[in-house]
Amino acid sequence: MTLPTPEVTPLNEAYWAGLAAGELRFQHCPHCGHRWLPARRECPACLREGAAWEKAAGTGQVISWVVYHTAYHDAFRDRLPYNVAIVELDEGPRLITNILAPHESIAAGMRVRLELQSDFGVNLPRFAPVGAA
Amino acid sequence: MMRGKFVIAGVGHTAFGTLPGRSTVSLNVEACRRALEDAGIEKRAVDGVFVKTPTSAREILYGQTLSEALGLQPRIGIALDQGGAANMSGIAFACLAIEAGMCEVALVCYADNPRSGSRATYARPRGDDAAFGWFSTAAGYAMIHRRHVAEHGTPEAAFGAVAVAARRHGAANPNAQLRKPLTLDGYLAAAPLVAPLRRDDCALISDGAAALVVMSARRAREIGVKAAVPILGMGQAHTSWEVTQRPCLTSTRAKDAARDAFAMAGLGPADIQVAQIYDCFTITVLMTLEDYGFCPPGQAEGFVREGRIVHGGDLPLNTAGGLLSETGMPGLQLVIEAVRQVRGTATLQVPGVRHALVSNQGGTMHTHATLILGG
Ligand SMILES: [Zn+2]
Repeated sequence: MTLPTPEVTPLNEAYWAGLAAGELRFQHCPHCGHRWLPARRECPACLREGAAWEKAAGTGQVISWVVYHTAYHDAFRDRLPYNVAIVELDEGPRLITNILAPHESIAAGMRVRLELQSDFGVNLPRFAPVGAA
Repeated sequence: MMRGKFVIAGVGHTAFGTLPGRSTVSLNVEACRRALEDAGIEKRAVDGVFVKTPTSAREILYGQTLSEALGLQPRIGIALDQGGAANMSGIAFACLAIEAGMCEVALVCYADNPRSGSRATYARPRGDDAAFGWFSTAAGYAMIHRRHVAEHGTPEAAFGAVAVAARRHGAANPNAQLRKPLTLDGYLAAAPLVAPLRRDDCALISDGAAALVVMSARRAREIGVKAAVPILGMGQAHTSWEVTQRPCLTSTRAKDAARDAFAMAGLGPADIQVAQIYDCFTITVLMTLEDYGFCPPGQAEGFVREGRIVHGGDLPLNTAGGLLSETGMPGLQLVIEAVRQVRGTATLQVPGVRHALVSNQGGTMHTHATLILGG
């Protein structure tokens, strides 16, 4: 069973290319300074175009997380139970990810750092607790 | 001022539960027929149709398809896409259209058939994030539920108390889809679905339809509508951001929808005798109680555990069972129960109802609408 694959488009290809090259990128508006994910053509703050991609430091904190005990897609059936979390990068943007830690150890505000993992041939930005081996 | 200028003149609904072989259009027509009968008016008086689009099966020109089936050529009509807030937004837009002289009698309605049709929308992949296993409507609410627990220490028993109260009220409702009562132990014993959500934190999946007739209070008096219920306050506000991007997960624009509705009605939370609060998931009830000002942030847990929300308490909630027990339909049934409470005809009637409040919301707490009814 293949996992759902992200749809690479002209809009988000810099994001996925960054991950393939080993870095997590977010968009940054040269006009107003706003930073965000996921990819957009227009800045949601000032509505102008021309956003630049910037490399994230890769550190952040857990905002919230859930643990799936049921699979909504067959590809995740043998991964149950698995977690999905919202992480806020230190630069501001938030993203959906998985936390590489025992579910019981995850907490809101927990400091995490980027750990790229190849899944179905795509580098996915996952996060591990800061200080974990 | 809009207060008291418009009324809900009639209400109608289909059976709730599993209704195989019925299209959403057919279900809508049945609910509209019953609402017109309840109002005691002829179909030809209707010149506005405000329908919420079915959640489980999108169709283009849905409003026209429905109007054709109703045999109507309305002066004004719209198919609203706001998730669960759309029904009450529809009521507000109908009132605005009547106020502007663009129609006189409006049908506001909704139907869906995900139980006998497709439930795929509730299990949907959430964009490219499906690569991380991010699927389903429930998981979005689970994220919010978890954050509320993290910020406020909300105990499991508080979520359980909301589910137990809904099921207790639903057990008394002969039309409810799920009439089996639930205990707190039973709630806690159920296996997690998407933790922290358990089975009984989640709304039912239901086929069915509901409809209202909206007109001016003056028109209702002129034609002798028997049990018209005045609309005292309305508000809407939209959080818009996807859960992932929302800067705050534990408070929403429901706060602003309620503020506007209370202001229009000239009332506050202490003036409400019974409330119908959208309970697609138990967390929604706790956050709505806090955002509406029935209790301070983080304190809904005590409020619901003290028995205040059950029939006999000082703020009975979801007296027909809500989305957790009566029907999982997105919200219009809550308005109908508020109408019954004001009319004094509810199965679990609250004594001395002067003001009934309804809260609807949609998406993953993206959209919010508030309605206050009363004499
Ligand atoms: Zn900008």
